[in-house]
Amino acid sequence: MFTLKNEKARQFWAGVRAELPLLVGVFPFGMIYGALALNAGLSKSAAQMMSSIVFAGSSQFVAAQLIHESAPGLVIVLTIVVVNLRHMLYSASLAPYLASLSTRWKTLLAYLLTDEAYAPTILHYERNGVQPFGHWFLLGAGLALWSTWQASTALGIFLGAAIPDSWSLDFALPLTFIAMVVPVLKGRPYVAAALSAGAVALLAHALPFKLGLILAALTGIAVGTALETRETRKGGAL
Amino acid sequence: MNIWLVMLLGGLVTFGMRFSLIYLFGRFQVPETMRRALHYVPPAVLSAIIAPELFLSDGVLNVSLGNTRLLAGLAAVLTAWFSRNTLVTILAGMAVLLALQYWM
Repeated sequence: MFTLKNEKARQFWAGVRAELPLLVGVFPFGMIYGALALNAGLSKSAAQMMSSIVFAGSSQFVAAQLIHESAPGLVIVLTIVVVNLRHMLYSASLAPYLASLSTRWKTLLAYLLTDEAYAPTILHYERNGVQPFGHWFLLGAGLALWSTWQASTALGIFLGAAIPDSWSLDFALPLTFIAMVVPVLKGRPYVAAALSAGAVALLAHALPFKLGLILAALTGIAVGTALETRETRKGGAL
Repeated sequence: MNIWLVMLLGGLVTFGMRFSLIYLFGRFQVPETMRRALHYVPPAVLSAIIAPELFLSDGVLNVSLGNTRLLAGLAAVLTAWFSRNTLVTILAGMAVLLALQYWM
């Protein structure tokens, strides 16, 4: 039994270690979230709880922005769904390595499954294959990220409370989105997706219930996907 | 809708998506089109939020040098392009906005 216990601990701490370099980027991001969520009009407890209930960085920023704009609840939930859809891919990709676990383990690990926990974990799994205690690696990576995210949110809320309204800090949210979107524009379909979504958002701005946002997002996704499909067909590659 | 209910629903669906295919392993495959479409979610959603923030003043299209948020946003786009750094981009955009608000 001694060696089994060691193997669990070994996998767990390997997960924590693999997560450490990512935490350097996560910590300031969590602080920015905390400060901006507060500024967007969320209460301290709501801003903090969103980090543990939703626990998905970019969708939390988007939700804070929509709450600031007094968007209807259903539109906010729908937007969170669209922004977090990619987690289904992570779920599918990790599934073969977690297939033998109990539902309780699957539930816990699914809750901890974020971009930053997925990235080092899938690398580890692809390198080592299915291992008896491989799920402890994801647990280590996930918990390291989870605790860092909660702590950095709290610090951000603490600091954000000290920033006066006259600093126009609400504008830091769209600026954060600009910082997120520009690096992903790595080809014509991406630029087209961004431009068409932006244009539709302006044209459809007057639609009730912030439906313009959903319409614009779906347009951008459709335009990008269609262009990529056409380019791959034309190029013949892949 | 109450903000707590929004967060609870948002958290539930997010968890549901994370849990879905781990739980349904072997019984469902992600279609190729959806796999492809997911790459375009971040640029589409984020741009749909950014554009009105920059181009509209009180709900009206405002493309002029008097629109400080548009100018600050463009400065942030350039900064993001060259720096690829979130914090630097936010600081540059905020600095331009506050400077313009101060001088105009």
